[in-house]
Amino acid sequence: MPADCLISARHVSKSFGAINALNDLSFNVREGEIFGFIGPDGAGKTTLFRIITTLLLPDEGEMTIMGLDIRNGFRELRKNIGYMPGRFSLYLDLSVGENLNFYATVFGTTVRENYELIRDIYSHIEPFEKRLAGKLSGGMKQKLALSCALIHKPALLVLDEPTTGVDAASRSEFWEMLKKLRPYNITIIVSTPYMDEAMKCDRVALIQEGKILSIDEPEKIRDGFSRKLFSIRASDKYKLIVALRAFPGTVTAYPFGDSVHVTFKGDGLENSVYEYLSQTGLKDVIIQETRAGIEDRFLELME
Amino acid sequence: MRTIFYLIRKEFLQIFRDKFIGRAIFAIPVLQMLILVPAVTFEIRNVELCILDRDLTTESRKLVNQLVGSTFFKVIFTTFSEEKANDLLSRDQCDLILQIPSGFGNDISKGNQVKVFVAANAINASNAQLSWAYLNGVIGDYNMDIITEKIDNQSFVPIPQVQVTNRYWYNEMLNYKYYMLPGILGILVLAIGFLLAGLNLVKEKESGTIEQMNVTPVKKYHFIIAKMVPFLVIGLVDLALGLILGKLVFNIPFEGNIALLFFCSAIFLVAVLGFALFLSTFSGTQQQFMFTAFFFMIIFILMSGIFTPVESMPEWAQKIDLINPVVYVMRINRMVLLKGSTFHDISREIVALTAIAVGFTALAINRYRKTA
Repeated sequence: MPADCLISARHVSKSFGAINALNDLSFNVREGEIFGFIGPDGAGKTTLFRIITTLLLPDEGEMTIMGLDIRNGFRELRKNIGYMPGRFSLYLDLSVGENLNFYATVFGTTVRENYELIRDIYSHIEPFEKRLAGKLSGGMKQKLALSCALIHKPALLVLDEPTTGVDAASRSEFWEMLKKLRPYNITIIVSTPYMDEAMKCDRVALIQEGKILSIDEPEKIRDGFSRKLFSIRASDKYKLIVALRAFPGTVTAYPFGDSVHVTFKGDGLENSVYEYLSQTGLKDVIIQETRAGIEDRFLELME
Repeated sequence: MRTIFYLIRKEFLQIFRDKFIGRAIFAIPVLQMLILVPAVTFEIRNVELCILDRDLTTESRKLVNQLVGSTFFKVIFTTFSEEKANDLLSRDQCDLILQIPSGFGNDISKGNQVKVFVAANAINASNAQLSWAYLNGVIGDYNMDIITEKIDNQSFVPIPQVQVTNRYWYNEMLNYKYYMLPGILGILVLAIGFLLAGLNLVKEKESGTIEQMNVTPVKKYHFIIAKMVPFLVIGLVDLALGLILGKLVFNIPFEGNIALLFFCSAIFLVAVLGFALFLSTFSGTQQQFMFTAFFFMIIFILMSGIFTPVESMPEWAQKIDLINPVVYVMRINRMVLLKGSTFHDISREIVALTAIAVGFTALAINRYRKTA
């Protein structure tokens, strides 16, 4: 276990009845890094986060956080963890200011004491201090939830899908806020189903059906893509995918934005592809070699 | 300790932020008292009587008049047809049939034994029994009249007879309001504590706020106590409201020490709140809680002795009642208010109630898990 390791998980498993939610997970999270768990819905992210936040115990395996075992150190841990559940779970019938004050007092601190830490985030909603939390917009709720999770200056901040259901502008704003927490050396673990957000983490774990497929820096994960990848565009994207999937030389063809990411047998691009596509009547076909994204690597690992 | 204070402050903020609940907490008990106390009574008035007078003599008319004259009976039908009378009874249009056979008057004047026939509608058994008893009373009076008349005609020597005179202690006028009001006070406190506290905790589960709370260092007993205290205070304020209403509107006697009454109600509330919170740990939604709470409340109330004495319940039911907190508060309220019982007189009830309160609260704290 490295010296700067904040979370160390060894062979963690958890099942609910017949469902294996987590299957033999091992990973280390370093102090001060932003660590992302990337995976689709139902991959086990929330279950894992509940174990990290001491709300659940694993069936098997060991986990230590800040050197404390989650089984008997949970009392101490709860003082040092800030948790923002996937579902907004502050008191809707309390105002912005009341919610923040309440969570500060529950952790035995005051808003004033740690105001510096949340200034950048809270200042956006401070003008609405008297408004009930239930009457806030999605982006504002998210800022309040983050403020409340940070108000006791936790060593570990756990964010379960913080950007799900939030508009694109608020999403990037949210990541900016997380970056601004760097000087305080708070370790942040965050889960998200959005592959583009993975790039904003220091390291990510790709998780699927309760198993970790890969753990690395996002760039290295992209580099892990083993084949040549081509981005193909045409005027009719749907027809293009159907055509590419029917093409005998195609290995994979996945939609990606307004293009299709394709790999071919023998790894190269042969002229027969052009011929085939023009035969099917597709117009304005553009083929470019491209660098694999996290999503491409994810899909490759899932094969 | 400070944590508990902040938690309690938060609960109060939330309770009174909801304008409806904030008002209902005080309005509903007032309504409950004003409606239930005068409405729920065992006194039977206006028993609907059908007379089948086959005799039609002075004697039979005298009996009928005596019945009409009492406040309990209302003759709604007079007929000669037994079929018609039975039909009325079976269609629920009368409660009692009194059949006076022909020759009734004649037999009385001759000094013979006479019989009247009574049929009662026993759909409501207690109602039938009570009307039957009232009717017996009236007929008894009638008998006395005949006897004295006969004797008057013969001699002036009074005949010896045993007569029962009674005195109803602690409620001399047998005023049912006095009897019901202390019980209804108990139910009022029960409803406030049970439903509000239980729903409050389940609401935190439903809205997910409890998940955030569980990750905080707040201790289990802090959390449970903070859920109890606000409703304890509200319950006692409601009790005070109820007592004030009782005095002003129904003029109930305050024989005992009111402070003792509050002390006992506080213990009772802890028991009720503990049970409600215990129950709420089993429910994931407010709907689930309401359903189970309703079931338990009905059992608690109907077995409490408010309507029917606990002593006449089957033995197994009395055993169950040992852990029914409402039983004790029912007794305590009545004894303290009507009889002026002291701490010493009700010490057994207080000990039992305290044991129940401690037990339920311990169960609630134990069952509440700070895990998902």
